[in-house]
Amino acid sequence: MQLIQINETELTLSHQKLGTLKKAGLGLVGLGTLFLLLALTGLATNSPVLFIVLSLGLMTGGAFISFYAQRKEEPPGIKNNQIWQKSFTARGSAAWILGVAVTGFYIVLYWFPDLLEHWIRMVDPVAYVLYNGPADQWFLYGFFYTVAILIMGSRMILVKYRHSNYQKIRTASIMFFQTGFAFLIPFVLKALNQPDFYFTYFWPLKYDYLFPGTVDYLLSHPGGLGVFMVFWGAVMTFLATPVLTWFFGKRWYCSWVCGCGGLANTAGDPFRQLSDKSLTAWKTERRMIYSVLVFIIVTTALLWLNSIYSGSVLGSLSQGFKKTYGFAIGAMFSGVIGVGFYPIMGTRVWCRFGCPMAAYLGILQKFFSRFRITTNGGQCISCGNCSTYCEMGIDVRWYAQRGENIVRASCVGCGVCSAVCPRGVLNLENGPRENRFSILNAFYK
Amino acid sequence: MDHLVIIGNGISGVTAARTVRKTSKMKITIISGETDHFFSRTALMYIYMGHMKYEHTKPYEDWFWEKNGINLIKGWVEKIDTDNKYVEMKDGRIINWSKLLLATGSQPNKFGWPGQDLPGVQGFYSLQDLELMEQNTAGIDHAIIVGGGLIGIEVAEMLHSRNIPVTFLVRENNFWDIILPEEEAKMINREIVEHGIDLRLATELKEILPDKNGRVRAVVTDKDEEISCGFVALTVGVHPNISLVKNSKIETGRGVLVNDFLETSVPDVYAAGDCAEIIVPGEARNRIEQLWYTGRMQGESVGKTIAGKRTKYERGIWFNSAKFLDLEYQTYGFVSNIPLESENSFYWEHENGKHALRIVYKKENRAVTGINVFGIRMRHKVCENWIRERRPLEYVLTHLRDANFDPEFFKRHEQAVIDHYNKKNPQNKLQLRRRRLPAGLFSE
Ligand SMILES: Cc1cc2nc3c(=O)[nH]c(=O)nc-3n(C[C@H](O)[C@H](O)[C@H](O)COP(=O)(O)OP(=O)(O)OC[C@H]3O[C@@H](n4cnc5c(N)ncnc54)[C@H](O)[C@@H]3O)c2cc1C
Ligand code: SF4
Ligand code: SF4
Repeated sequence: MQLIQINETELTLSHQKLGTLKKAGLGLVGLGTLFLLLALTGLATNSPVLFIVLSLGLMTGGAFISFYAQRKEEPPGIKNNQIWQKSFTARGSAAWILGVAVTGFYIVLYWFPDLLEHWIRMVDPVAYVLYNGPADQWFLYGFFYTVAILIMGSRMILVKYRHSNYQKIRTASIMFFQTGFAFLIPFVLKALNQPDFYFTYFWPLKYDYLFPGTVDYLLSHPGGLGVFMVFWGAVMTFLATPVLTWFFGKRWYCSWVCGCGGLANTAGDPFRQLSDKSLTAWKTERRMIYSVLVFIIVTTALLWLNSIYSGSVLGSLSQGFKKTYGFAIGAMFSGVIGVGFYPIMGTRVWCRFGCPMAAYLGILQKFFSRFRITTNGGQCISCGNCSTYCEMGIDVRWYAQRGENIVRASCVGCGVCSAVCPRGVLNLENGPRENRFSILNAFYK
Repeated sequence: MDHLVIIGNGISGVTAARTVRKTSKMKITIISGETDHFFSRTALMYIYMGHMKYEHTKPYEDWFWEKNGINLIKGWVEKIDTDNKYVEMKDGRIINWSKLLLATGSQPNKFGWPGQDLPGVQGFYSLQDLELMEQNTAGIDHAIIVGGGLIGIEVAEMLHSRNIPVTFLVRENNFWDIILPEEEAKMINREIVEHGIDLRLATELKEILPDKNGRVRAVVTDKDEEISCGFVALTVGVHPNISLVKNSKIETGRGVLVNDFLETSVPDVYAAGDCAEIIVPGEARNRIEQLWYTGRMQGESVGKTIAGKRTKYERGIWFNSAKFLDLEYQTYGFVSNIPLESENSFYWEHENGKHALRIVYKKENRAVTGINVFGIRMRHKVCENWIRERRPLEYVLTHLRDANFDPEFFKRHEQAVIDHYNKKNPQNKLQLRRRRLPAGLFSE
């Protein structure tokens, strides 16, 4: 008995040590945040590099220390412990504070960028390295965004889903596309005096990529790159998207490439359970997202008619559209509500209710795809983990407990339902389309 | 119009109600004292652990019941009168029925240990038990679990999630070895210890001691060892909850006695799920099935019968699944813990001790009769077909890839399994077949 007592003390001790290490890590993150806030006051102006190290450096270092402690503390596996008991992840006051702070950041970013002047100057050195020019608010935003995806993506790979190769590879892909295609390449293009272009965003998400104005501009750009960009955009929208979705479902984009999904699946991961699973939410979702898609299709068509009939259809309205829509959808929806409300409404609000690309991919996925989530026979115990952790608010359990496969337009194929299921009931699969919806036998007669 | 009254809003009662509703317009009322709405008992642990809240464990939104014409009444039934066809509730309400379904579930076992009713000592079955456990474990620094079954290990995981040190008293020599063969049982032993839980095998509870306030202070084991604690969970199995039925004219044994059609001794009265004891003519012991899956299947079957299509309950090829901390487990067919005379078994275990596969087969024709699998997800339908079609061991091994249900990019173990077989049977080397489904790029 004596012996066991000792063992236990040791056990608690090592747990305590790790607990302390984790706290130390989080403390460093806090300290880094403090420096970041201090930088806003202008303290960083004379020594921007020092402040980048003090803020982002400490935050990164602290985060990795806490990842290390968490790895040591628990064996690999799903550990959603206390998620619905902590203020931060269960819509408590901490969540509201964070939500207000992030929303505030977006409002300042879009409407009062001057307030961010000191931060922008702080990241100047990075901008100079990349494109040999001063930073602006969008560079600052892109930089923060990418850092968030990289740090929190590392958490997914090193800690939370380290038992799941699907999650590890998928997260690495998100990190790669964000860093390379949504951050580095556009700024390198800028350095080379090439048009501003994102190779991983296409019409209808980047609705203006197929507007006559943009196409004309790109085509008239000296050098072949502009022509290639028009070609690339059209091929991605009309050829690559349907083909890839046919084989893999919309996940090839939403969970492997897209930066919005990327942020949701990394920085947003602690909040994915907050999505609304009700039938009412599903109805609202369908109404909204397809309206946005229709709106963009109609507008694009009108703009082309307008340009063919040289302005006689719409007059100067097209510019007006760009502005209003860009504001309503681009700023309000995808930024302020889409990200600012993570801690309140969950991570994929924009992807679910507002993204026209998701709408397009969703139609393809529902009707023209080999993808489905297979339910493993009668193994579901209706526990509800899958539905709770579905960021798209899909009531996965509804299908699983009936032994039905899940074929839903909105499913982004993040694979988390499959990961959290304690009975191994769900599997994301691409396969023959016969019986894709049907009970028990997706593949086997 | 017929009025079906169902006592118990668990998986059995609710599945029966839904099944009846699919084909019949009869009035349906579900009575339960535990909760207003159906929730998933299997998810209780996740509420304590903070993975979910109670509301997430409800498989249907609250509007579902009214929309489907199913009345819900919350309250306890105290009396069943089968002559005049009514039930009486604790609050005195009388509810008439023309058909009655008993789906009252189980109750935790207690074996008369001294101190088993002390404050701080409890079983774990209902939502009320969960609330009690929340209070009982607040601020304690040591917990004892008595009984190494599926509920016991869930309670261990729950406490562990809150960093409460746990001592786990298990009567058997290896964890759950009344069901599992030794290798698998040992695998779970290791899983438990690896999580920092103090596992005491071959150890039984002798008595539970109170402190001066009458609350639990310690337990004494059969080795006369005293272990201090602030909480004791008794998880030594469950028994049918039939106290209500015992005072009626409905025949009971260990549970409510029913035939293959889940009909009781009284016409128009049925029983399904944990509380039912199915009489098996020609078998020594009647069957009591205490699983979510069997509750669902019994509910479906009895629902058809009640709706007018008399249907025999046939559970088909047995399956079950569970999770031991981080170790997932599935079983198909029948795997005996002690090898049967007429059978042999093939066993492979990964060197890291986290993946294992056992295939039991008949000596005479090598037909596969049972599968245990750990740390690998397998396809229900494929395993079931193998057993139904009496496929020989070698067929199953060479076609293993067809059954894999692990997520994409997971490490596959089929080749290692085959290599293991080939090493033992060098004269009859097997070759793994290609997966039979046309796979997309992502899925191989
Ligand atoms: C913690 C835990 C984990 C489990 N995990 C699994 C698992 O992973 N897989 C699996 O297959 N099985 C599991 N089980 C077993 C499974 O939950 C049960 O077999 C199943 O819930 C039984 O369903 P039922 O409908 O027969 O009864 P119950 O779910 O018990 O429902 C009966 C209901 O009737 C009510 N009732 C009883 N008497 C009266 C009365 N007189 N008046 C009014 N209401 C009354 C009860 O309060 C209860 O709400 C688990 C059980 C527990 C406790
Ligand atoms: S259904 Fe599953 S894979 Fe699809 S979005 Fe929801 S959690 Fe992700
Ligand atoms: S997580 Fe798995 S067992 Fe639980 S409800 Fe979903 S599919 Fe069923």
